[in-house]
Amino acid sequence: MAVALVLVLIVVGSVLFHFLSPWWWTPIASNWDYIDNTIIITFWITGVVFAAVVLFMAYCVFRFRHREGNQAAYEPENRRLESWLTVVTAVGVTALLVPGLFVWSRFVNVPGDATEVEVVGQQWQWSFRLPGKDGKLGTSDTRDVNAENPLGVIATDANGQDDVVVEAADLHLPVGKPVKMLLRSIDVLHDFYVPEFRAKMDMIPGSVTYFWFTPTKTGTFQVLCAELCGQGHPMMHGVVMVDTQEDYLAWLGQQQTFAQLSAPQQMGSAE
Amino acid sequence: MVDITPADAVPPAEVAEMELYHPHSWWTKYVFSQDAKVIAIQYSATATAIGMVALVLSWLMRLQLGFPGTFDFITPEAYYQFITMHGMIMVIYLLTALFLGGFGNYLIPLMVGARDMVFPYVNMLSYWIYLLAVLVLVSSFFAPGGPTGAGWTLYPPQAIMTGTPGGQDWGIILMLVSLILFIVGFTMGGLNYVVTVLQGRTRGMTLMRLPLTVWGIFTATVMALLAFPALFVACVMMLLDRALGTSFFMPAIVEMGEQLQHGGGSPILFQHLFWFFGHPEVYIVALPAFGIVSDLISTHARKNIFGYRMMVWAIVGIGALSFVVWAHHMYVSGMHPYFGFFFATTTLIIAVPTAIKVYNWVLTLWRGDIHLTIPMLFALAFIVTFVNGGLTGLFLGNVVVDVPLSDTMFVVAHFHMVMGVAPIIVIFGAIYHWYPKVTGRMLNETLGRFHFWVTFLGAYLIFFPMHYLGLMGVPRRYNELTDMTVMTESAHHLNSFISIMAFIVGFAQIVFLFNLIWSIRHGREAGGNPWRATTLEWQTPETPPAHGNFGKDLPIVYRWAYDYSVPGAKEDFIPQNIPGSFAPSREPA
Repeated sequence: MAVALVLVLIVVGSVLFHFLSPWWWTPIASNWDYIDNTIIITFWITGVVFAAVVLFMAYCVFRFRHREGNQAAYEPENRRLESWLTVVTAVGVTALLVPGLFVWSRFVNVPGDATEVEVVGQQWQWSFRLPGKDGKLGTSDTRDVNAENPLGVIATDANGQDDVVVEAADLHLPVGKPVKMLLRSIDVLHDFYVPEFRAKMDMIPGSVTYFWFTPTKTGTFQVLCAELCGQGHPMMHGVVMVDTQEDYLAWLGQQQTFAQLSAPQQMGSAE
Repeated sequence: MVDITPADAVPPAEVAEMELYHPHSWWTKYVFSQDAKVIAIQYSATATAIGMVALVLSWLMRLQLGFPGTFDFITPEAYYQFITMHGMIMVIYLLTALFLGGFGNYLIPLMVGARDMVFPYVNMLSYWIYLLAVLVLVSSFFAPGGPTGAGWTLYPPQAIMTGTPGGQDWGIILMLVSLILFIVGFTMGGLNYVVTVLQGRTRGMTLMRLPLTVWGIFTATVMALLAFPALFVACVMMLLDRALGTSFFMPAIVEMGEQLQHGGGSPILFQHLFWFFGHPEVYIVALPAFGIVSDLISTHARKNIFGYRMMVWAIVGIGALSFVVWAHHMYVSGMHPYFGFFFATTTLIIAVPTAIKVYNWVLTLWRGDIHLTIPMLFALAFIVTFVNGGLTGLFLGNVVVDVPLSDTMFVVAHFHMVMGVAPIIVIFGAIYHWYPKVTGRMLNETLGRFHFWVTFLGAYLIFFPMHYLGLMGVPRRYNELTDMTVMTESAHHLNSFISIMAFIVGFAQIVFLFNLIWSIRHGREAGGNPWRATTLEWQTPETPPAHGNFGKDLPIVYRWAYDYSVPGAKEDFIPQNIPGSFAPSREPA
């Protein structure tokens, strides 16, 4: 009796906790409400299954608990029942998978009008690079990283000269414009994660990875590193500020290009 | 329809009985023993001892997480060393060793009706190499720089770099050497388990008459023999990267402003190798639990396991499928995103045979005669925690849902529920179930019930709410959760609550250990078959079983392992070695 009651209480308690507790996702600030919707579908399907299995078990424990003179039934198999349950489960799983894959194809296919923004991770800070007037990011190589060229932009690549370099400072993005985040690391694995944007992706030294999103709300958002990157990992915070187009352009105007940063002496002497 | 096999169909013996090694001295009987039962106890005791270390480490972690800034000795370095060693010990040195080395060694020969494992000497070596692996692991706590703090996944490049504790000291080297030793030792034991199940069964013990415990351990062992080599080569390659400066996993790297002498390697390659091992590893731990819990439910509900054949095929099917799902641990690793379609599909397909197992467990309870013994309580708790943890797997397996949740506390909650709490709960149930066979005495009932309720409810209260921290966006592997904008004040209170529950649940385990030791002398005498069970280990002439297990003659098996409450039979169970047809034994052919 007590056992059956506890099982029922676990179901009731879990459901109440889900709906009544103050702990829930942080309000979204990107276009990925598709992901949130998929999570909600998953909560419903899995929640119903959990409640059904545990309540059925509670009923069995209550109804078929041992009492003097009881005898269990003898039923090795029931093909019909087993087949039915298999089919119902397969349908439930498909109901989860199909919307999931549909949203995933959106996630991996970047819209053509997305602006590229590069994020470079290193122990334990974030830097950024935005394409200049030519709209193209110059190529880069970890071998070219040094104190004057912290992101390893290849100096001989003309595309890179006008790139805007934001070293260990805040990133600004314009609201409502899709961005493709190109992710790179010069030392260990990192992961660029802003909970409000829902998206995240690891950054691998030697490769360029990506994800895309459209910021939908202006404001200041905390960047967290989501891949263990050594003992400074929990301190590797950054800031993304989503601005109106006007504020964004104002900020952009104050930034320095790769050419300006890499040749300050020559620039100075020329003036 | 169920085919009806004549109950007394027994094939003749094909080979003569093998010669048994007989110990000559106290040393060869109890220390360098070749008896699988002694080896099982050695494995179990060692695994429990190192598991206690991991338990204490989890307390230290929860002290830091629940009450940040209060304990100065838990530096960030120390914190990462604690989580790494906690994870690695629990997964490899406790769960794998206990299920396969412990339960496998004790139960396989007894349950299949063999006198011992087929290669007793190699079996003994297996344990001693395992012990050496554990000692090497422990030694890293005392090495300069301490143990590695790379996280149990040991992802390069950070695992062998200065910014990670133990990365450029001894920690990572000792960890890799210990894993290599573990795999060598395991392979010796694993070959034994497989060959014993295939070749060492007694007359009449067909594969489809094996108890599901044996099916679970057997399939898990086959998987481990296929999966561990991937980890083995990954360890060797990383060891070469670290010690000789090769670059298997190391691309060009600038560390703190300095160019390292590496180049051209692939960090992702390590992840593929690691998870090609690591995902099957989840089922290497889960399948023995599935098998054992099936037998616990059947025995204590006095009812045959429902859908035996389906249960066997589900075990085999899960085992096979688990080799094609590994990259679901890598959805946000930066591998080609199109892999996501494939691995999400295979991962969700695996939910089907897993769900069938759950249905068959609860359908075994249906119209049963449920004795709420302690093993049965743990079996019920297993179903609750496993269903909970399995269902959250549907979140993380569904690639796009994984994107916001991966690397958060949701993942921590999920894998603890499904491969921490659920299998450990089965281990507890199994210990309460088989302890009387191993020692001849019952474990204390009152302490057992206290242990059960605190462990089950406490663990649920730790890990169920933790999912919601992850949903909120709280990342895992942070030694401090302060200074994080997504975390509300109340979430910090929840975090402290989780820590307090962790101490309470940990305390209950000490009560359990006390019970294990106390009952050896003071437990109630159990007799040979206290649960009135059908399987062969309960039919031995002596309890605990003597060397050679079955006295002069090996048992002959006439029926499957689940003849409980057969209509017309005098008692509500018919042991496997009882001939004759009280009623048609309607075992599936």
